[in-house]
Amino acid sequence: MLTYASTPLFAPFSIPLLLEKLSSSLPLTKVESFKYLSYCTSKYGVERMAEHFKTLWSSVKDATYVSPETNLSTEAGFMSEMGFQDSDIMKQAFVLLQELVQQSNGSFISLILEDEDIKIFMNSLNQYEDFDNIPIDIRQRLHAVGRIISVCVNTSIASCNKVFESFFPLLMTYLGLSVAKPHENSCLAEDYNPPGRLNFGALYLCVEVLSACRYLVGSDELTPIPDFANQTWGVMLHNVSKSLAMVFISLLRSNVAENSQNAYVCYGVKGLQNLATFPGSLLAVSKSTYDSILLKLMSVVTSDINKTFLWTLAMNALVEIGSFLDKCPDSERLSSYESIVVEKIFSLISSDDSNMPLSLKLQAAFEIGATGMNFMLRVVQGLDEAISATLSAVYAHGNRKSVEPTVKLLEYYSNKVLPWFHKSGGSEEIPLNFALSIWDKIENNRSFNLDSLENELLDATMMAMKQAVGSCSEGSQEKIINKALGVLLSSNCLQWMESISGNTPSEAEGLQQIHKLDSFAIRDEWITSLFASIVIALRPQTYIQNGKFILQFFITTLLNGHVPSAQALGSLVNKLPLKITGTPLSKNLCLDEAVDMIFHSCIWTSYNGSTYERGSSEIDLSSLRLCSLSPESDKIHATIGLAWIGKGLLMRGHEKVKDITMTLLNCMISDGDRGSLPNSKHPSLVCNDEDLHHQLMKSAADAFHIIMSDSESCLNKRYHATIRPLYKQRFSNTVMPILSTLMLKYDSPSIRSMLCRAIAYVVSDTPLTAILSEAKKLIPLLLDCLSMMVEDIMNKEIIYSVLLVISGILVDKNGQDAVAENAHSIVNQLIELTTYPHMMVIRETAVQCLAAISELPYTRIYPLRTLVLRAMLKALDDPKWVVRQEAVRCRQAWASIASRSLHF
Amino acid sequence: MTLGLINANPVVHAKKERVARTEEPHDDDAIDPLEIYEYVRDIRDPEHPYSLEQLSVLSEESITVDEKLGRILITFTPTIQHCSMATVIGLCLREKLKDCFHPHFKVDIKVAPGSHADEESVNKQLNDKERVAAALEIPNLRQLVDECLYSSEL
Repeated sequence: MLTYASTPLFAPFSIPLLLEKLSSSLPLTKVESFKYLSYCTSKYGVERMAEHFKTLWSSVKDATYVSPETNLSTEAGFMSEMGFQDSDIMKQAFVLLQELVQQSNGSFISLILEDEDIKIFMNSLNQYEDFDNIPIDIRQRLHAVGRIISVCVNTSIASCNKVFESFFPLLMTYLGLSVAKPHENSCLAEDYNPPGRLNFGALYLCVEVLSACRYLVGSDELTPIPDFANQTWGVMLHNVSKSLAMVFISLLRSNVAENSQNAYVCYGVKGLQNLATFPGSLLAVSKSTYDSILLKLMSVVTSDINKTFLWTLAMNALVEIGSFLDKCPDSERLSSYESIVVEKIFSLISSDDSNMPLSLKLQAAFEIGATGMNFMLRVVQGLDEAISATLSAVYAHGNRKSVEPTVKLLEYYSNKVLPWFHKSGGSEEIPLNFALSIWDKIENNRSFNLDSLENELLDATMMAMKQAVGSCSEGSQEKIINKALGVLLSSNCLQWMESISGNTPSEAEGLQQIHKLDSFAIRDEWITSLFASIVIALRPQTYIQNGKFILQFFITTLLNGHVPSAQALGSLVNKLPLKITGTPLSKNLCLDEAVDMIFHSCIWTSYNGSTYERGSSEIDLSSLRLCSLSPESDKIHATIGLAWIGKGLLMRGHEKVKDITMTLLNCMISDGDRGSLPNSKHPSLVCNDEDLHHQLMKSAADAFHIIMSDSESCLNKRYHATIRPLYKQRFSNTVMPILSTLMLKYDSPSIRSMLCRAIAYVVSDTPLTAILSEAKKLIPLLLDCLSMMVEDIMNKEIIYSVLLVISGILVDKNGQDAVAENAHSIVNQLIELTTYPHMMVIRETAVQCLAAISELPYTRIYPLRTLVLRAMLKALDDPKWVVRQEAVRCRQAWASIASRSLHF
Repeated sequence: MTLGLINANPVVHAKKERVARTEEPHDDDAIDPLEIYEYVRDIRDPEHPYSLEQLSVLSEESITVDEKLGRILITFTPTIQHCSMATVIGLCLREKLKDCFHPHFKVDIKVAPGSHADEESVNKQLNDKERVAAALEIPNLRQLVDECLYSSEL
């Protein structure tokens, strides 16, 4: 192509060649020659090309108008191009056309405008009034003509003028308007209804021309056309703009739109949108027209909620207009947009008496708001008001009906609005004010009129609170936490603290008092949860006043089984500074102090590191004895707390996590001690006790899951957690040897099953590369785990994750060596899992693993062949199709290691 | 002596597009004709490097399955009336299904009525266990069947 276009001297030879090539019947050739032609046109210059203009035009016309090749695209519908999609040939032809019009200084365009076919077509538009009556080939032509005209219009001002001169009055006449005497147009009346059907062809072309004009003036915004008012097209457009707008508006009027005349509606909206987005300096539309356009679109958005198509179109148009305003601000229009659209949206959200569903309202609000910062601020104001109104309805009057909308509002706030502000770099005032206003609400409602906790609402509020606090800077976070602390101190929660404040925390007396207060009032629970969510989302640098109190408070609530408190404690120890700089205040808190406080507090007590010998049963027994002072249910809560604290410490790489691990391990292996306890209680009580103890062991094992897995609700990047790289590897490297020695040591089934659980959790969350190096040691352990856990249906998720680890090992080169050594036991275990009844993916993965094993060295696996084939025969009868398919593959793989025969 | 091809110039049809199975929420995942078809459509014709699907020997509609009774019935249409390969195709189908389905399914294989000159004897031959077993013991025939089943020439 570059060669062809290298010098204009080639023109006499190359152009005829290319034109000849164009007449080929192969589509690809046509596309190519159009490409070459347009490139050459731009290089050769007008003089060389002028002699070919006629042929070029006729070939473009052939490709686009006479025999257009368009596909009816179904998905886009009428949103663009009348549902037609240009073929490659047409696209290239239009590129060439644009190039020609641009280069030729008007000679080419007159060729087009004087073309007989086009003229005849334009004059014949009258025949096809109703959209439904237009045959498909005419529609295609209409589309092609629309494209040709719009290409002409958007190339240059001069060509635009020419097109307007020749076609625009005609189009307007079809639409029942007069360009010359705009004031006599009948449609200026407010309630104008088009007589009968509007001429669709004219409407379509008119909208196409408008959007092309819009493109033309939009493309060179930087150099405004000085004599816009004197340009022919400007004058014409200005004259009819008002009546045009009225015609478009009348299209949207319900009685017309109701007939589901999608095409009309679509172009009506498109036309309005184009009119409204002309740059203000060229003022094609007067203010009153602009206002009525906005009003109409807005009324569609508010009232025509059942007509999804129309609604979406109008919404999109409004969004386009809004974002256009944001790009090229114009004070007059900005004010009308604000007063008509934004204020309307604002009142929509804040009032609840509307027939519009809340989700639509929120969608509209967000989309409009997202077009500009100022709009968003206003919308958010509305949201804030709505949230605060519904929240007080819930708090003060216990209004159950308000719960659902409030949840929706809050979710919208935390999922859409706050991230938007975060992305667009908005001020942090919004989240700050939001958080503060919620605390105000709580402060002002001294008593909650709620019968139940309304967990859903609480969750949504906590989520929004976390998001809001998380996106604030340190200073604002301090404000929020101080405010919250004030509310907390003035609430009943304080009584709790008082009850233990006189005692040293580890004293049993204090414990007793806590347990008397083990039921929260609803308001207190709200305060605690929200306070915890603030602490979770704090930045590490945020200065926390009264840290010791907060710590103590959370420890207390945690023992009542309040999980967010545990998470907050975890976040605290994760983020506290190592040392306090400056003057140490007694109430300030640094990490070591906090850890000390936690470890010396009531339930889990300190443990003396020197008594610990790796793998010995003397690990930290002192702490256990103290634990037995308190009821088992509290210990369960304490283990959950420990898990979160441990996670926080682990993520910053603090050594104390070791102590926590030891305590957890102790809980798991404490079963053996139970026998020595006096069994004087009533049998049923003992039974209950056993059960509780089992739960304690289980929660200790589950604690490893908490420590190792990533959490959505706290201790992640979003909430500014301190995360040391590779912390998971480190933890698994230290804890796995201990767990495996413990496995060897104990043979009580309940302890072993708990250890298995812990191992499974740790392994499944460790990065695969870390596991591969240890694969040889791990595989027997994992197999033990699997065989232990198969019995309990509740374990299926863990089994699946362990199975995934095994399959990870299987596909790795290094892992395969390790597998080969244990091939027999692995195969046996996998075969057992191929009949696992509770979860299909487990069966599927097990079969896949078996298939992978067939890749191992022949000598190792040949003895297992019969076994596997027999198992696969069973799997062939699996109720699930996926498993059957995998089984066929696996069977094939194993059969072919000996011969092709499947007989055994 | 070189034997000419029985059908030297078969009509080749386009392959139908494979529909990816979506994981459906309901529990009913019984064996259906499509599943069987997925397995047999790619078996190569003994004579030509085309699949049975391409030669239109098989179609999804020609397969019926009754899971309760454990029966599968496949009706195939040889390309020409005198096709001596009909029995080989039948053998291939039987072998393939034996690999892919649990032995409790009873598989019946028939040529479509009126599509073969010697319809009755072909049907009888294909559904006689002993004759099938005997046929597969002939090394040449076994090799031919294996080539059809595992060939990657398509």
